[in-house]
Amino acid sequence: MPDTSTILEFILIIVKAWVIAMVLFGLPLPLTWLERKIAGHIQVRLGPWRVGPHGLLQPFADMIKLLMKEDIVPYKADKLLFVIAPLLAMVPAFAVFAAIPFGEKVLIPGLDYELTLYLSDMNVGILYILAMSGLGIYGVILGGWASNSKYSLLGGLRSSAQMISYEIAVSFAVIGVVMLANSLSLVDIVRAQGGNILHWNILYLPVGPVWFFIFMIGSTAEINRVPFDLPEDEGTLAAGFHTEYSGMKFAFFMLAEYIAMVTVSVLAVILFFGGWNAPFSIPLPIPPIFWFMAKVAFFIYLFMWIRFTLPRYRYDQLMNIGWKILLPLSLVNVLATGLMRLYL
Amino acid sequence: MLFSYLPILVMIGIATVMAIGALFMSFVFRPSNPYREKLSPWECGMEPVGDANTGHFRVHFFIIAILFIVFDVETLFLFPWAVILSEKALSAFIFVEMVVFIAILAVGLIYAWVKGALEWV
Repeated sequence: MPDTSTILEFILIIVKAWVIAMVLFGLPLPLTWLERKIAGHIQVRLGPWRVGPHGLLQPFADMIKLLMKEDIVPYKADKLLFVIAPLLAMVPAFAVFAAIPFGEKVLIPGLDYELTLYLSDMNVGILYILAMSGLGIYGVILGGWASNSKYSLLGGLRSSAQMISYEIAVSFAVIGVVMLANSLSLVDIVRAQGGNILHWNILYLPVGPVWFFIFMIGSTAEINRVPFDLPEDEGTLAAGFHTEYSGMKFAFFMLAEYIAMVTVSVLAVILFFGGWNAPFSIPLPIPPIFWFMAKVAFFIYLFMWIRFTLPRYRYDQLMNIGWKILLPLSLVNVLATGLMRLYL
Repeated sequence: MLFSYLPILVMIGIATVMAIGALFMSFVFRPSNPYREKLSPWECGMEPVGDANTGHFRVHFFIIAILFIVFDVETLFLFPWAVILSEKALSAFIFVEMVVFIAILAVGLIYAWVKGALEWV
């Protein structure tokens, strides 16, 4: 018979996982609205305006529409894989957040209980995140293959080739950070950047900014955002791997994509921008979680900003950047970081 | 130990339940009116020709996949190395070892490059 504290901890894990999952499930609602609004203002138009004040109810209208859409399964498709693929894209995107820390412990006033602001601080945290986000490729390639449509197949193949090519660059950038923190645990990585802004990995000169540059380009390509959104290259591939998807299954792919964007923003903050550490000491009592959220929000905005500012790369250029620029640069940078860690 | 890995299972379970719940909701509300033309794969409005999943695609994707395995395994070897690098007793020795390892892989990359495995035409 397990004792009460174990049972309590177990219940707490379920509650925390439930809260995180609900937030992630609802997150695309504000994010799609924000993205369309930002797109509108960048292109000097209003964006969503008619459904509710400032178009605020637009995401709900979209949600209802996706819920009521007829579910089309092409008659040539592999029925089982066609249904499983969106789940395979979505579930790992959620599972990534089991390892992501949002802050240290907070004391709940009145109850005298210390609540940890993460589900689990596993000692291989960052490796687990890389593995789980890598699983998302299965959803893409199976979705493309199971549709049995030429556009889907080509889109799926292109996406997976792009994602695995840039996965290497992202792994190298993560290794650079691990070399600076000497730990794979995300909480330890943030603790190693404690203090003021000068301790953040981005300012570990000269290699820190290079790692950040590699990480940013690699992860932008991995989550298929502009300028690397080749999988959704409308001009040549229709809608890429999800050409044949409609309704809720299509929504799952979109959900996975938005969660991936949030994951990458969170990782950029944790790995390079000091996580929940304040940039400089302020006499005001600002909770660390505020800094964390503000930094993440900035990165989400950055991705949307880039999307409506830059044009798309061609496929051969994309592969060249991944293999001929980022990979050699990472190899050299690993050695440079190693030398700095040993002799500085 | 249990409590640092149990959350993964809990999270996967919750996400799966939510996904299946959403699919069921949509199953309850959505219309269903399939006919053959609607269910045919999209090919710009033309009659679809042949099957797509017969495995006819460029072999280049396969080469990229093999290169990925080589370099991704390399990064996996680098992870434990990166964690213990700053332990002073051994560090110079393991650093030199890793330089040799990276050099061998760099030769592999150069070989693939020269052979044209990285070119997309």
